[in-house]
Amino acid sequence: MKSFIPREVETLWTLFTAPTVWALHFVVCYATVAVFCAKGLSSEISFDTVRIGLGVVTVLALAMIVLSAWLAWRQWGFGSDDPPHDEATRNARTLFQGFATLLLSGLSFVAVLYMAIPMIFIAECQS
Amino acid sequence: MCRAFRPNVWLTADGAMGACRMDDDRLTGAGRPIRSGRDIGRDGISSSDRPAIRATSFIPLLLPLLASCSGVQSALDPAGREASDVAKLFFVMLIGGVVIWAGVVGLLFHAARKRRPYSERRAGQLILWGGAVFPTVILAALLSYAVWLMPNIRPWFGEDVGLRRVEVTGEQFWWRVRYIEEGGAVAFETANEVRVPIGERVVFLLNSPDVIHSFWIPVLGGKMDMIPGRENRLTLEAEKPGTYRGVCAEFCGASHALMAFTVHAMEPEAYEAWVAARRNAPGGQDQEGLALFLRHGCGACHAISGTEARGTIGPDLTAFGERGSVGAGVLPNGKEHVARFIRDPGQVKPEARMPHFSMLEEAEIDRIATYLKGLR
Repeated sequence: MKSFIPREVETLWTLFTAPTVWALHFVVCYATVAVFCAKGLSSEISFDTVRIGLGVVTVLALAMIVLSAWLAWRQWGFGSDDPPHDEATRNARTLFQGFATLLLSGLSFVAVLYMAIPMIFIAECQS
Repeated sequence: MCRAFRPNVWLTADGAMGACRMDDDRLTGAGRPIRSGRDIGRDGISSSDRPAIRATSFIPLLLPLLASCSGVQSALDPAGREASDVAKLFFVMLIGGVVIWAGVVGLLFHAARKRRPYSERRAGQLILWGGAVFPTVILAALLSYAVWLMPNIRPWFGEDVGLRRVEVTGEQFWWRVRYIEEGGAVAFETANEVRVPIGERVVFLLNSPDVIHSFWIPVLGGKMDMIPGRENRLTLEAEKPGTYRGVCAEFCGASHALMAFTVHAMEPEAYEAWVAARRNAPGGQDQEGLALFLRHGCGACHAISGTEARGTIGPDLTAFGERGSVGAGVLPNGKEHVARFIRDPGQVKPEARMPHFSMLEEAEIDRIATYLKGLR
């Protein structure tokens, strides 16, 4: 894993990885079910197939968020230093970004889970 | 200064009107401003000196308010299967909310009374577990419960599965109700009154020709919008026979609040008898009243089955005498109210489409009102 994950991450991109994963997961879930129901595909594919497919997407999304959280945790120095990290130094900036990314990852993880809960209970398409 | 608002509490131990405690820091809990009656007694003030009235003595005064939870239009007093689940969902959420509220207030009191502050590490843990993990788990549980219950609240049975169908159209500001035969033809039409047999699911086909209305019978289930250009379907099952009230739940114009309807949940035999009677309604025996009704042009907008009145612009008036109200829930169904409505509908019901008939003689208006009230 170390071979392709850089040791030092110093970019803003990591900050919104987790929210982006959540947004993509959200769009994929909604669009899939909407298209599936609107096109009347239920005669060819069962709804449970869609459910399982979206379950796999959910697991992948959660895995990416966990990876992002792990990177953030590492950037934060595994909690070696306490917030608020408000000194005007490069180190404080790195730690601040790491901590913020970690919190956003937690939020995104919960958001993806909550998004997945209704998919367990949706019965079928209603025209 | 602080003595002024809580005299008993701020007396010092010797009973003198001493200096009030300036170390009242309710957040750190350094002082102990919130005291029990026992503390006050210990401070030398007998508890009998305290005012006899407690906040709890007022609770019985609130009990009559509970009566407003029941009635013909209460979602908390369900008479149908879907409504029972709505009420159950409400109470589970209410109890969940109360438990969380009590926990938060308990923590507040705990914080106010705690003498030694937590260490920073423990405080951080408290915030993580109490402030993030606990609400996340509780919300997940409540969300799961709500979505698990959803198919019961809004059951779906596909397009044509042989359920009894009633088409309800929201008009400004009344309800057109058509009972559909198995083949899809309209068996008969009525207005501002919906009848359903108990123990049987009924599909309501909801639509609107003008603006968005919303069809809501709180005792039978949730509401559903009536949207121009589309047909929404709502399935309800009444369980308890009775007379209930339905309302328009989407603002639709000046008389939106005056747009209600009566719901009769009937025993199946009584329902069948009523349907059979409505299929061959004779149109009444009162030929003189009918002649007057037709002569003044009422039949251009209103229909009375079994007569020449076949208008479809306004509400169908067949068997009007049995209706629960005049003007879609505005006035009780009495002769004088019918006359008042005929004289000037706009005065009873702002922006109603029906023109006023105040140019007619009083005697004629009364005669028409008597005729309508007599229709069975």
